[in-house]
This record gives sequence, structure tokens and C-alpha cells, in this order.
Amino acid sequence: MTKRAGMEIAFAAAEAVALCKPDVVAAYPITPNTHIPEHLSDIVADGRIDADFICVESEHSALSACCGASAAGARTFTATSSQGLLFMAEVMPIVSAMRLPVVMAIGNRALSGPINIWNDHSDIMSQRDTGWISVFASNGQEVVDMVIQAFKIAEHRDVLLPFNVNLDGFQLTHVVEPMLFPDQEEVDKFLPEYKPYATVHPDRVVSMGTLGMPEIFTEAMKAKDMALINSKKAILEVWREWEEQFGRRYGPIEAYRTEEANVLLLTVGSMGETAEVAVDELRKRKMPAGLLKLKLWRPFPSEELRKAVKGAKVLAVMDRAVSCGGSAGPVCAEVKSALYGEPDRPAIVNYIIGLGGRDVIAEDFIQIVEKAAKAEKEKPKEAYEIYGVRGS
Amino acid sequence: MANKKWPETWQEVNLGCMVFSPGNASEYHTGSWRDRRPVYDNSKCIKCGICYIFCPEGCISQDADGYFVADLDYCKGCGICAHECWPGAITMLEEG
Amino acid sequence: MSIVENFDLYAPRLADKEEYFSAGHRACQGCGEALAIRLMCKALGKNTVIINATGCMEVISSLYPTTAWRLPWIHVAFPNSASVGSGVEAGLKVLRRKGKISDRDVKAVSIGGDGGTVDIGIQALSGAMERGHDLLYVCFDNEAYMNTGMQRSGATPFGASTSTDPVGSVSFGKKAWKKNVAEIMVAHNVPYVATACHSYPIDFMNKVKKARKIKGPSYIHCLSVCPTGWRMDSSLTIKVGRLALETGIFPLYEVENGKYRITVDMPELLRPVEDYLKLQGRFRHLRPDKIEEIQARVNLEHKKLMNKVEQLQSWNDLG
Repeated sequence: MTKRAGMEIAFAAAEAVALCKPDVVAAYPITPNTHIPEHLSDIVADGRIDADFICVESEHSALSACCGASAAGARTFTATSSQGLLFMAEVMPIVSAMRLPVVMAIGNRALSGPINIWNDHSDIMSQRDTGWISVFASNGQEVVDMVIQAFKIAEHRDVLLPFNVNLDGFQLTHVVEPMLFPDQEEVDKFLPEYKPYATVHPDRVVSMGTLGMPEIFTEAMKAKDMALINSKKAILEVWREWEEQFGRRYGPIEAYRTEEANVLLLTVGSMGETAEVAVDELRKRKMPAGLLKLKLWRPFPSEELRKAVKGAKVLAVMDRAVSCGGSAGPVCAEVKSALYGEPDRPAIVNYIIGLGGRDVIAEDFIQIVEKAAKAEKEKPKEAYEIYGVRGS
Repeated sequence: MANKKWPETWQEVNLGCMVFSPGNASEYHTGSWRDRRPVYDNSKCIKCGICYIFCPEGCISQDADGYFVADLDYCKGCGICAHECWPGAITMLEEG
Repeated sequence: MSIVENFDLYAPRLADKEEYFSAGHRACQGCGEALAIRLMCKALGKNTVIINATGCMEVISSLYPTTAWRLPWIHVAFPNSASVGSGVEAGLKVLRRKGKISDRDVKAVSIGGDGGTVDIGIQALSGAMERGHDLLYVCFDNEAYMNTGMQRSGATPFGASTSTDPVGSVSFGKKAWKKNVAEIMVAHNVPYVATACHSYPIDFMNKVKKARKIKGPSYIHCLSVCPTGWRMDSSLTIKVGRLALETGIFPLYEVENGKYRITVDMPELLRPVEDYLKLQGRFRHLRPDKIEEIQARVNLEHKKLMNKVEQLQSWNDLG
């Protein structure tokens, strides 16, 4: 029986992981995702699940240990943020190249310089190209659902790729919300036991992590790229199954009040919930504004994006990270790329908001929409604007 | 590996570049590297097995009579066997 | 001459005949490390998973689509042999406990060069040993980052010329003494720590067998002579390894629960270090005063070790 419970979302993420019965969890604490491994270690210590919790001595070792455990055939999980993610960055592309279905929760936090423990997306944006499936949750329920879905998608025989679930640090990790939790029976029905493709075990001798000379590296990369691109099919399939069993619908891009919208906002993560409030207010004022909440980051849903923006005059893309010296924020660059070839595409404006945990309120989105609306007639002066920065 | 020609297409590359044929490095004959090869004088050989244990290639094995012989497909001509053979049954001869 | 009278001479024939590390690997001719790997695998047997750090042995043995390994093998990156090994060990343990894999006693063995162990890999090694995984770690020490061109490592000996700490008009090569990782492992309360060398194959294989039986962490530091990097004739690999012992530069001992024991006797009067140094091009530049300095330090280290052998008791007896 699904039960409704209120708790900190980080704890909920841990509960969701526990429902998936991982075999090995290896994690290193870093604010703000620490509560996820902490709560998991409580669950393991109380014997609620039969797993090994390895208190590794660094994030690099956390992902490495998950790699080793997954190669041995175990279902594995880790969690990190910001600097921790960078410390394991060396192993990130290796896990995907080795096709090991490790699941990771990332409590998005700003990358240092200056050191800042609060929320933005610079950490995950630095790992864009590493070949992981990547989704963004905008509220606690999505965190719970996406974590459980992650194991099923990652371990799918046609996928076999690592998967990261992104939840905004503090904005989500430390917020208490009521959420619906499926029970063990329901999860067991949804998520089958992990059947690895190959393992390091003398029963069947395999060498994993071999050296790829120039003659073969391109082909190996193409194979990985295609695996990620083709994983979309399995992702949509699993989302359909989720909706059938649990009644909650997931799609790569969720549209909110986009009917006859002139100006569309595109958000990633929890800011989408705030943007909904702004859109409601704008609609009240008879302003035809709408919202697109990007849920699937990798593989990037170009097709769904093109469909979603049809008819809009302006698309205001929100980024929560700066691509220093670049031509747009990371999400906007991706969006522009996807829409470049379209004959009737909206004018695209890019706002960088909420860096380093700076609060973004509904009023900010209202202002942004009003500014963006001008872009229909007048091209903005800058490629991207860091919204609300003090100083001209 | 049997059905695939090298270099492989991206569809043929093994998942994760795993290799499922243990020890198939032996398809590559390192014997072409050497500039000298071991020559055995079995009259001096005491069949102790020192040459066999010290060969980094592991290419020295015992024949039917118990004498040791190097597999010239793999022997790199390092000379360890000749140097370690205490009765002096092995000498290194320059190739070509 | 019977087998009994001269056991060491005939013992090679008693080793496991199976070759778990196939010929056809791309190591240099006369590679001591490849030989050491071959011997280690014979001692481990087929119920083993090898976790390999990036380095000479990984590169020369696993060129896709081939592999020289006849054991299950995984390589991930340079610094993480011990942490991947921790994961493999934990994974196998949990899966066996849950009955998801066969009830077969499989040992996880992490291997790495001195680069991947002593320097960049020390954090992962320390963590794995502290946590007490049932993991054997074998360091194959060829005393520099040989695979990438003989760069200096923490295990490079004093006075050696390497490509990043070379001899020059104002430098004599490495100015610091070799890092003693075996001692670091003893300080981690690792129940079995040993030093070994391929030049004493039976001693090495016995140590591997002993370490394999430990239900917990164990560590073996294997000196691996590198004729290419040490600039010497490839036929002298075994001899130079022996000289390392006979001069007292690399003594072979084991530490079981804190009790030190010399496993291969050194000559009563140690051979002068010069006998070892003069065979290697990386030491060719050393002047007599530097050689004296090395001799003095080797004598001191020898005394330190013998002091431990004679004085220290097993932790079991102290408790």
C-alpha cells in the first residue's frame, strides 16, 4: 500500500533507494547531500536492508568502489555534490564507458570559487559530456519516483548506463514535504532483480576496462553515444510503466499552461515550481505566458523541445550556472543548438539566475517574462544576462 | 573475436570494450621482437626448471623427455634464462 | 643431486603449471614486473579477481580486443586500484551472502605499480586497509613511473636519475629516500605485510599464498627490476634483484601481526651497495661521496629493520 509521509526530501531519497534493495552503497559526505548517505547508513545499520555501506575516504573512492561493486554484479548507489562530483570526475566517463549501471543522487551545489555550499547547477553542468543519463527533479515526489525509476532504466538490458538524479541542494534536499511512498511489494513488482551483462567472477572470465588504441577509440565512443541516445526509448517505456502502476506521469519536458503562450519560460529543477506560481499570476493578468519544465537532461530531448516551443514567440531559458566566457549558459546553449535548424523558432533569451543559492521568487520570473516579451521585436543586447546582479 | 574482422565497426565493438577471450593476447607473436635466441645444450641440462620459472613471457615449457625449450613465437631474447642457467646449458645466439 | 638436498633449485618444478598471464603481452624484454605478475597468479589460482591500476602491467596486457589475463580482471583508473578493489570485495561478499552468485571463495586482489600505490594511489590504499576489506594488495615496485617514461616516484631510490628528477650540473638525481610503504601498512595494523622480489620466486609465491589465506587486508611489496628504466642489460633482471637483497638495499621480510621475520637470509657481511649500483645506468653518475652516503643510510636502515626483527613481539603476545 502506498503510504503518504512527510519528511526531509534527502531522507525520502534514501528511503527510495532502500526500497530498491541496493547491494553496495559507497558514499562520502558533502553538504548538502550528506543526509542521503547518512539516512541510508541508518537503514543499513538497523538491518532494514541487507547491504554493505562502505564509508569511503573520498568521493573518488566512492565512485570507484561503486564501479568495482557494479562490475562484481552488485546493485550500487552513491550520492554527492559540487566539489565531490568534481573529485570523482575522473571516474565519471569511465563508468559509462564500462556500461556499469551505477545510480547517483546529486544534491546540486555551486562549484567553489568562492566556496559556497548552496544551490546551483554548476556541478552537474560540468559533467554534461560524460555519458550518464541525467534527470532533474523539481519536487520531493519527483525525487522519490525518479530514484526508483533510475535503477530500472540504468539496468535495462538495452541501456546499461549509469544514471544521476539531480535535486537542488537545500532547496530540495533540506525541505520537508509530504510524499507518496510505494511499498516494498509495489517496488519489487516494478523493479526486477539486477541481472548483469557480465561480471568479474571466475565463473565466466572477462577483462573489463581494456585499453583502446586510436584504431578503435572512435568506434567505442560512437557505441557509447548511441547507447545514450537510444536509451530514450527505454526511458519513455519505463515512464509509461510507472504511470500505469503508480498513476504519476513523467515526460522529458513537462508543459504548464502553454496553450497559446507567447512567451515560454524554460526551467530546470526546483525553480520550475516557483515559475508555476509566476505563470498563474501572469495568466491572471491576461499575459499569455507558459512554462516548460525540463526533466530529462541527458539524452537531451531535442525532438520534444521542438514540439513544445511551436507557436511561441519568445523562449526565455533559465540557467542556474554560468559558462564563463561562453556564448550562453549551458542549458541555453543546448536549447539553441536543438532549435537552430527550425524554420519557425522563437526568439531565445537567456537568464542566469539563482547562483550560489541566491533566492529566486515568483516576482523575479514575472519581471523576466516582461523583459523577455520585448525580445520578440528587439534583439537583446547581451547573449545572456545574469539576472539581479548588483552593479551595471 | 572469431567472426569479427579487425578493425571492428562501432556495432561490433564489445560492450564496454570488454574482452571475453581470456589469454587471447597469445595471438600476437612477440617472437618477432628479438635479436638473439636461446640455444639449449641438453647434455648439460639438469632439468631443474629455473629457466622456466624465470621467463617473463612464460614461454618455456618441458618437452616429452623433461628438457626445457623456449617457444620461439614468443621469446623476446632477453637472455635471463641463459644468465640464470647455472650448469650453462643455455647460450644466446644472435639472430639473422 | 636430489630434490630434497637442493630444494630451492628444484622447487620451480613444483609450482602450478597453469599460466594465468599469457605470453603475447607487450612488456619489454626481461621485464621483472611481468615475471612477478606471472608468479603471483600461479600462487593465487583461478578463484581470484584482479583489480589493476593504470600502469605498465595494465597497458601491456589489455590492448582491446586482446587480453593476456586468464583471470577475471578489471581496470578503472590510476589512483583507485584499492578503492575499486574494496568495491569488488564488498560486491562479491554481499552477493554471495544473498545467494545471488555461486558459493565460491573468490579473493579480490588489487595490484598497482609504485606510481599507483605509493603516490597517487596511497589515499585509496590507506582507506581500504583501514576499513579492513578482505583484500590483498600487491605493489609491483619498479621505482619510477615507468610506463610513461621513467618519471620520479616516491619509491624512486635516493640518487637515481629519472626523467623528472634527472642528474644535471646542479643535481644528482632524487634527493629524498625511498618511501617505505610496507611500514605504513604495518602502521595500519594490517595483519600480514611482506616484501618480496621475483628473484626469489618461491619466497614470493609462498607469501602470496599466505596473504591469500588472510581473511582481512594484506599487503605485499614486490621489487620489480626494470631493465629498460634502470638502464641495464635485460638478462640481468634476476641478478639485480638478488643483489638488492645481498647488499641489504631491499631485504625480504614479513610482518605477521607486528612480528618481523626475515624470510630470505642476507649474507652476514652485506655486499657493498656499489655492486648493485654499478650495474644500473640510472646510478652511473654517482660519485664516491654519494655512494658512501647511500651505503651509510642502507646500513642504518638495515640496523633499524634488524632491531625490529629482534625486539618487536607479535601483537597477539602483547595483548
